[in-house]
Amino acid sequence: MIENKGRPNRLGVKGWLGGGRWGFERYLYALHRLTGLALLAYFVMHIGITSSRAFGENAWTSTMGVVKGPLFSVGEFLVFAAFAFHAVNGIRLVLVELGFAIGQPIEPVYPYRTSVDEQRPLAIGVMILAAILAIVGGIGFLK
Amino acid sequence: MRDQRLWTWHIGAGAVILVLLGLHMTVMHLDAIVRVFNPAPGEPVDWSNVVARGKSVFFLVTYVLLLGTALFHGFYGLRNILFELNPGAPAKKAMNGLFLVAGLVLFAIGTWAAWAGFTVARSA
Repeated sequence: MIENKGRPNRLGVKGWLGGGRWGFERYLYALHRLTGLALLAYFVMHIGITSSRAFGENAWTSTMGVVKGPLFSVGEFLVFAAFAFHAVNGIRLVLVELGFAIGQPIEPVYPYRTSVDEQRPLAIGVMILAAILAIVGGIGFLK
Repeated sequence: MRDQRLWTWHIGAGAVILVLLGLHMTVMHLDAIVRVFNPAPGEPVDWSNVVARGKSVFFLVTYVLLLGTALFHGFYGLRNILFELNPGAPAKKAMNGLFLVAGLVLFAIGTWAAWAGFTVARSA
């Protein structure tokens, strides 16, 4: 992360989530962060829960018994969907950061064009891919 | 310069996680389609399947690699989000220390559990 020296985030927490006039991609960015935080929280819990296998079959079975049921299934599906979104949107963010899918530089001649229009198909494409992954993964949770 | 380097590592860790967590999700949640990692009948979390995977050196290594990269990626991401609130230098230092210690402690616990799980599975 490059140090912000000239324009501090005066909006505070609102600046994290508010997309303002930056549009669809800015909200995807906010959702990327939210899913990232949720995945981190889940991951810390996951380390604790799955560590029970170190104590053998009885410890593992009783721990899995605690995290069973429809509520946990829904929670796990949400984690899977968050992963699907975070992963494909992360690929999009890296592509855009490296200068792919944003078009060539052009002269600023009226009527002005924005590179946001150039990257919109990529954003829509990755959202469709994330939805397909979430649905395919969701089939496993319906069992 | 340090932050640019860490940011590059953050992106690199993301690429590693994409592969390894993608594999983990395939093993655990796409078992209706891909059964090869769950040789025993039943759920991927059933003890027989946990043991079957737990015996594998490949899974041991990938678990530890995924653990390290995911902890770095997650805590560095959280640090960046919090730094956007422009905290003072002492708060930044405290957060750096806190996330580093938390990451190292969780990595130690996870690595120990992966190794202990591996030895339990081998002796089962």
